[in-house]
Amino acid sequence: MVHSKLLFLVLLLLMPLAHAANQAEITKDDPALEKRVMDLSAHLRCLVCQNQTIADSNAELAVDLKNQVREKLRQGQSEQEILDYMVKRYGEFVLFSPLVKSTTWLLWFGPLLLLVVGMGVLFVILRQRRKMMRQAPALNADEHARAASLLSGKEGKGHS
Amino acid sequence: MNRFLLPLGAFIVLVIFLWIGLTLNPREVPSPLINKVAPTFRLPQLHDAAKTIGPEDLRGKVWLLNVWSSWCVTCRQEHPLLVELGRQKLVPIYGLNYKDNRDDGLALLRNSGDPYVLSAYDREGNVGIDWGVYGVPETFVIDKSGLIRHKFIGALTPELIQNKLIPLVKELNGA
Repeated sequence: MVHSKLLFLVLLLLMPLAHAANQAEITKDDPALEKRVMDLSAHLRCLVCQNQTIADSNAELAVDLKNQVREKLRQGQSEQEILDYMVKRYGEFVLFSPLVKSTTWLLWFGPLLLLVVGMGVLFVILRQRRKMMRQAPALNADEHARAASLLSGKEGKGHS
Repeated sequence: MNRFLLPLGAFIVLVIFLWIGLTLNPREVPSPLINKVAPTFRLPQLHDAAKTIGPEDLRGKVWLLNVWSSWCVTCRQEHPLLVELGRQKLVPIYGLNYKDNRDDGLALLRNSGDPYVLSAYDREGNVGIDWGVYGVPETFVIDKSGLIRHKFIGALTPELIQNKLIPLVKELNGA
């Protein structure tokens, strides 16, 4: 009984290795080509798991697409040609970082725009506040005397 | 009063945007192949590996290309609808058997009915990639001149067939 439990534990601990072996299989004979495949794959979105690149994903489609990329690189196609091929099939969405063009300006520069607007609003508010402080009416002699007595605590006692 | 109106307005605008965002389906990526010439291929037929099939053979008619596989659960759900559509003889349906085992594919057609005039057998899924397939089932509508006119992503439904597919096929056949 203890024996089988131990065996189970050992097998459990070995599980990550099985996964690693599976991944290592992808890296084939040519490390330089493999690096180009991975570099290019990092620019392509996996359409099944949309927030991953096909380099990160082990989904079947991602593996197929990586094979296509490898095949095309081997045939001597350039990186740009392969990206163009993918865009023609799957649309611009397949590019992991969107292109910079008129329809994506808001996407790219929106955060900067918000920062600028925010800074502007902050600046205006601070300036208004400073102006208000400066324009606050000064105290006359009576008020000064009353404030002084309040601060020294004499007047307060009478009320409490 | 004004003090609260501005943030409230901004909040409402934000809610409207998020609300619209909820109704969008990020899985439906519009295909850039619409109104382009269907990517060519030459594949063995599912039923007879010695014969081939390609889009060129179908020039001059309006046809559907349904991408399917025996391992795809959604395809099985869609299957009876295709059989029914095939029976109506409104439009020829061709299948692209995608990354499937030949025997499994044939068994499915034997057991559940075969809506396809022919099925092409895409063992490696390369033709699928060429057509921008990223999830089965997908159904393409191709017109007489060989242009892809529409792509249905995911399973067809009776509503989609009635309201979208059949009117489109009629329109393409009329033109």
